[in-house]
Amino acid sequence: MSDRLRGKMPEKGWKELPIRGLIIEPGNSVNYETGSWRALRPIINLEKCPHCMFCWLFCPDGSIIVKNSQVTGVDLRYCKGCGICAVECPRQVITMVEEAEVAKETNVW
Amino acid sequence: MSGNRLKGELKALEGDNAVAEAMRQINPDVVAAYPITPQTEIVMTFSEFVANGLVDTEFLAVESEHAALSACIGAALAGARALTATCGPGLALMWEMLWIASSWRLPIIMNVVNRAFSSPLNILCSHDDAMGSRDAGWIQLYAESQQEAYDNTLQAVRIAEHPDILLPVMCCLDGFVLGHTLEPVEVLPDEVVKEWAGTYNPCYSLLDIDHPVTYGAADFTDYYFEHKRPQWEAMERAPKVILDIGEEFGKVTGRYYHLVDSYRLDDADVAVVVLGATSGAVRVAVDRLRKNGIKAGMLKLRCFRPFPAQQVVQALQGKKAVAILERVAFFGAEASPVFLEVATAFYLRGVSTKLINYTYGLGGRDTVPGQICGVFQDLIDITQTGKTEPIFRYLGLRDF
Ligand code: SF4
Ligand code: SF4
Repeated sequence: MSDRLRGKMPEKGWKELPIRGLIIEPGNSVNYETGSWRALRPIINLEKCPHCMFCWLFCPDGSIIVKNSQVTGVDLRYCKGCGICAVECPRQVITMVEEAEVAKETNVW
Repeated sequence: MSGNRLKGELKALEGDNAVAEAMRQINPDVVAAYPITPQTEIVMTFSEFVANGLVDTEFLAVESEHAALSACIGAALAGARALTATCGPGLALMWEMLWIASSWRLPIIMNVVNRAFSSPLNILCSHDDAMGSRDAGWIQLYAESQQEAYDNTLQAVRIAEHPDILLPVMCCLDGFVLGHTLEPVEVLPDEVVKEWAGTYNPCYSLLDIDHPVTYGAADFTDYYFEHKRPQWEAMERAPKVILDIGEEFGKVTGRYYHLVDSYRLDDADVAVVVLGATSGAVRVAVDRLRKNGIKAGMLKLRCFRPFPAQQVVQALQGKKAVAILERVAFFGAEASPVFLEVATAFYLRGVSTKLINYTYGLGGRDTVPGQICGVFQDLIDITQTGKTEPIFRYLGLRDF
């Protein structure tokens, strides 16, 4: 599996894991980059965005980046492409785009 | 037996009541159960103990067996010592939760008063229920007598909660045959059991709010496999712990427990392998045949999970022919589960003995010593003719 699909968290062997599949360190989901799951990428048209913060509020992964009370983009390390932000955006300025399309345009892959 | 062993009080108890008595003395934090024949008397009797203030247990009369085991799982996660009991269809309804209890490594104790599966509707004994769940990650002990049902329950607590194990334990007793018949049972003094059982010290607890942890997170391609692996490890460690605790129990009570139990087996030519209550009938048959100079013997499996392969081969190698008796109606395999285990254990160790398999006693049908003598006669025929076919046979069936 490629690093991209796996996320960046180093994978532990079975002997290193706590019993019962427990997660014993609080807040370690920050190490688990769910961005690898994404098939659709939210693209925000920031020129038309009045920064109402609906997307920030609804995003289940805290992936909407906000600086100085302004939405500035999406943290693609964690955005899993669920599309909730696009549905909730009252101005409908978020478009979900196939990752494959994005890749073609940007030559990411 | 040690000279200074403890004398308990001798009581006439049905198997179910013997189990309830053990549960009362263990005084668990939580019992969640749903009554179902022939396990009902365990729940009924225990609920009377609760009503009469004889235990401190939180007793949950739940709406189904699925809920019973779920409640025990929740309680065990919260750090409680949780017990339940069921049988046949009730165990089937618990199926999903059986796997969750074992993979969460929760030391839940469950007595299973073995009952056949419908259809046709039957409430009497087959081992289909427990045998059907043999691979669910639970330790499985089978009782020959009411005394063993009581003793197994007491030992199960220590086995399950042992830090090297942390697995649920299923204690099986034949429905009606043991569950509903009276036998003298030596019941230990309450304070002895209290000391024996000790207190359960969970390694993590939902109620430990100073050290919060996440339970039940989803686990996909990246970690599921690694999270399953320790269950094999715990199972592999179980035989030693079961033996140690059986020995320790013997020192207290004079009744020593092992993984397997041999009866007149050492010099036997032909042997029967059996588990559960029918072991009694096999003992009688062995004695009868021995009187006639036939070298018959018995190997009783007390522990089926983990399967004590080494001990079974050790006990049986060199026998000329062995019959494995099983109280299950399982379909599609070449033989029944215990046979398959024994045959595998033999094959992997390069030991070759003639083996045959009987299914017997389905739906509570009595299996008497005379029939077992017939099995031994078949084995003797095999030693003379060398012919084992058919491998799979029916004992006590009207075969016409
Ligand atoms: S697609 Fe889902 S995860 Fe990504 S930013 Fe929108 S709401 Fe958050
Ligand atoms: S919901 Fe839409 S309009 Fe509101 S901040 Fe997000 S992108 Fe902008």
